Amino acid sequence: MQEALRLRRSDAEVRDRTNFIEHARLRRHGAQVSSRGLPLTIRNLRKSFGANEVLRGIDLRIPAGQFVAIVGRSGCGKSTLLRLIAGLETVSAGSVGFGETAAAGDVRMMFQEPRLLPWARVLSNVEVGLGRERTSADAQARAEKALTEVGLGEKRGEWPAVLSGGQKQRVALARALVSHPRVLAFDEPLGALDALTRISMQLLLERVWRDQTFTAILVTHDVAEAVALADRVLVIEDGLVSHDVTVDIPRPRRRGSADLAALEGSILRHLLQSGDDLSEK
Amino acid sequence: MSLIDSLPRVRGLKLPRADGLIPWIVPLVIILIWQAACVTGFVPARVLPAPTDVALAGWKLLLSGELVRNIWVSFWRASVGFVIGGGIGFAFGLANGLSQLSSKLTDTTLQMVRNIPHLALIPLVILWFGIDESAKLFLVALGVFFPIYLNTLHGIRTVDPQLIEMGRVYGMSDGELFRRVIFPGALPSIFVGVRFALGIMWLTLIVAETIAASSGLGYMAMQAREFMLIDVVVLSILIYALLGKLADSASRALERLTLSWHPAFQKH
Repeated sequence: MQEALRLRRSDAEVRDRTNFIEHARLRRHGAQVSSRGLPLTIRNLRKSFGANEVLRGIDLRIPAGQFVAIVGRSGCGKSTLLRLIAGLETVSAGSVGFGETAAAGDVRMMFQEPRLLPWARVLSNVEVGLGRERTSADAQARAEKALTEVGLGEKRGEWPAVLSGGQKQRVALARALVSHPRVLAFDEPLGALDALTRISMQLLLERVWRDQTFTAILVTHDVAEAVALADRVLVIEDGLVSHDVTVDIPRPRRRGSADLAALEGSILRHLLQSGDDLSEK
Repeated sequence: MSLIDSLPRVRGLKLPRADGLIPWIVPLVIILIWQAACVTGFVPARVLPAPTDVALAGWKLLLSGELVRNIWVSFWRASVGFVIGGGIGFAFGLANGLSQLSSKLTDTTLQMVRNIPHLALIPLVILWFGIDESAKLFLVALGVFFPIYLNTLHGIRTVDPQLIEMGRVYGMSDGELFRRVIFPGALPSIFVGVRFALGIMWLTLIVAETIAASSGLGYMAMQAREFMLIDVVVLSILIYALLGKLADSASRALERLTLSWHPAFQKH
């Protein structure tokens, strides 16, 4: 019940902007749970850097609001795929489509490093996330709201230099959330954090994803993190999607439960096995 | 426990009033020793007058208005030359840091000019400008140009590319990217250039005024030498030291004001 109330409250704020789209989607999908997220369609996506072909034809459909984790060995092209989705690189061939035209601020990226401006106070750093709307009258109020959402409301006047690694990454999350993105791409955002901070950040990510119902794409090398958070885990090998695993374990998921461990084990086995094949060649 | 570990605690213990006086202990001790050496006759007055004599000479010049006029003239030349040379250096640093084309076009030339000692141009400058104000301003501006140009360029080139990418992802326009990311990122380096430039500014000005001028501190010192007024010569030298310190303090204050985000400037 509380969950439902929270959902409604966060939705109400953005209703004006997305009312029309929301209606259209409800009409199309009938009773399906409404999501603000954008669906993602990737067709025969290729990316080369010089002679090195990193992605060799990826085909993917991600429904609106899904939480997708992408795992793979380092250098398999998972970060490149994410950067292409976020528009940070240009595609060599194929296409990335969002169902409808994505407006500025609809697709946001969270990096492995916090990338906060050291010379701006925490609140101004969050305001950066508003993009072109950062000059609007309610910019500060929106930034404060996003900061409270990640539990750092009282740090608004601090310099980033005094924050801990986990706090910096939470400010970066607030910056990504403040424009109410409809697709959020995470490039190993928790990779540099210690184990406990990591778990609390995972819970935070899951919570904001449920509250704001965006489409989430998480690149990670931690399979446990992937199965704990995602609806679906994609394994990428040699620039291709080699495995597409649906995680139908109900939420909230209990970390360390047998179901999650079994799934994690099978994905890991697959990754290790194919790695051995590679080394034998 | 290393010395570095103990630093913050020592800092916390200091009283703020005593803190401001500590740097002045060494100059004060030097003046006291100097006075003692002169009074006892260890150093003859023809070689070095006592600090009290220097102070007296300063007082006389102050009363006649000559001292204030000369300091003012030198200060004016220094600041105008600094603003002109620093401004041009900053502009070239920005242009060459932000534009590949501009860098290719001008950087090589500037690096060649940089290797000419600017004081070597004094004969030429006197031929061009005479001993007019413009000669001094030209030399100061030229001397100040390079440290500011080089450090501005370096500052802009070394701004974290990850922050620039972040700015672009979040839809910053070029102007905004410059204002919010590139310029603040380059500022610490620009300040290094400013402090170097302040030193060169005084050096250049004094040399120029000593060789070719009809007013200013350097001129005052040269005139005094002609008349063997050694106390006035020493006075001029002491005033250079004070002015240099003043310029450095001003730039530090500005640094503290604008770089308060920097961990090195944060007070706890």
